[in-house]
Amino acid sequence: MRWFWYASPQTFFPLAGTIARWCGVAAVLLMIVGLTIGFFVAPTDAQQGEAYRIIFIHVPAAWMSMFLYVVMACWAAVGLALNTRLSGMMAAAIAPTGALFTFIALWTGALWGRPTWGTYWVWGDPRLMSELILLFLYFGFMALHAAIEDPRRADRAAGLLAVVGVVNIPIIYYSVQWWNTLHQGASVSLTSAPKMAATMLTGMLVMAVAFWMYSIAAAMLRVRCIIRERGDASRS
Amino acid sequence: MSEFFAMGGYAWYVWGSYGVTFFLILMELILLIRRGKQGEKQA
Repeated sequence: MRWFWYASPQTFFPLAGTIARWCGVAAVLLMIVGLTIGFFVAPTDAQQGEAYRIIFIHVPAAWMSMFLYVVMACWAAVGLALNTRLSGMMAAAIAPTGALFTFIALWTGALWGRPTWGTYWVWGDPRLMSELILLFLYFGFMALHAAIEDPRRADRAAGLLAVVGVVNIPIIYYSVQWWNTLHQGASVSLTSAPKMAATMLTGMLVMAVAFWMYSIAAAMLRVRCIIRERGDASRS
Repeated sequence: MSEFFAMGGYAWYVWGSYGVTFFLILMELILLIRRGKQGEKQA
């Protein structure tokens, strides 16, 4: 692979289209498999009944919301350090999809909280608050980027915000350990056996990969729009 | 079939989650494709 060849927007433009197509196909197929497992294979939960089936979108969406932020901040950091044009475009292309998954995590969390905790929302709960702050960080990034007319300056200013905001990610992740919260601890971790049935875990992981593929496809479609709008696609 | 859609009494919570999720994903795709077509025209 000639990495630096692809670091230029013109040469990346057609590659982004190919990646978007394949990841889009993979996302659709994986979602069909994941939802089939989630609704027809995974058994009813002994304590929560059918309400737990929200897990198949809630947990993957929450993972994506944090993961996409880290990826966005990494691109922003590369752009700030090396002043490469494509990096800022990538960060800007990821932000709306990250915000989308953050909102989905909050929305499905609220709808899951009502039947299990007895409430849609609790102001001041550390897990809920830190995830809400994540949504505001995405919105802040997008608003700041949109407010500055020169795209390179917008990339740098919003990129700085993205890099600083990354401190919120470990706060979200560890909030269930550091403070008292209604939210349960991690159900899946690398250091211990998963605390759920195998079919439930499989459905959840398949949906996570599906959301991953979708995010890549959406970011690639958006970065193509950005490249074209900035007039960098002319030579392709 | 109706038992499936009833979700053991949790229909609003389960379908409310899935409905909004897939609605938003679809909206994002539509907006992206529209934005792409607009760019194509101007280019």
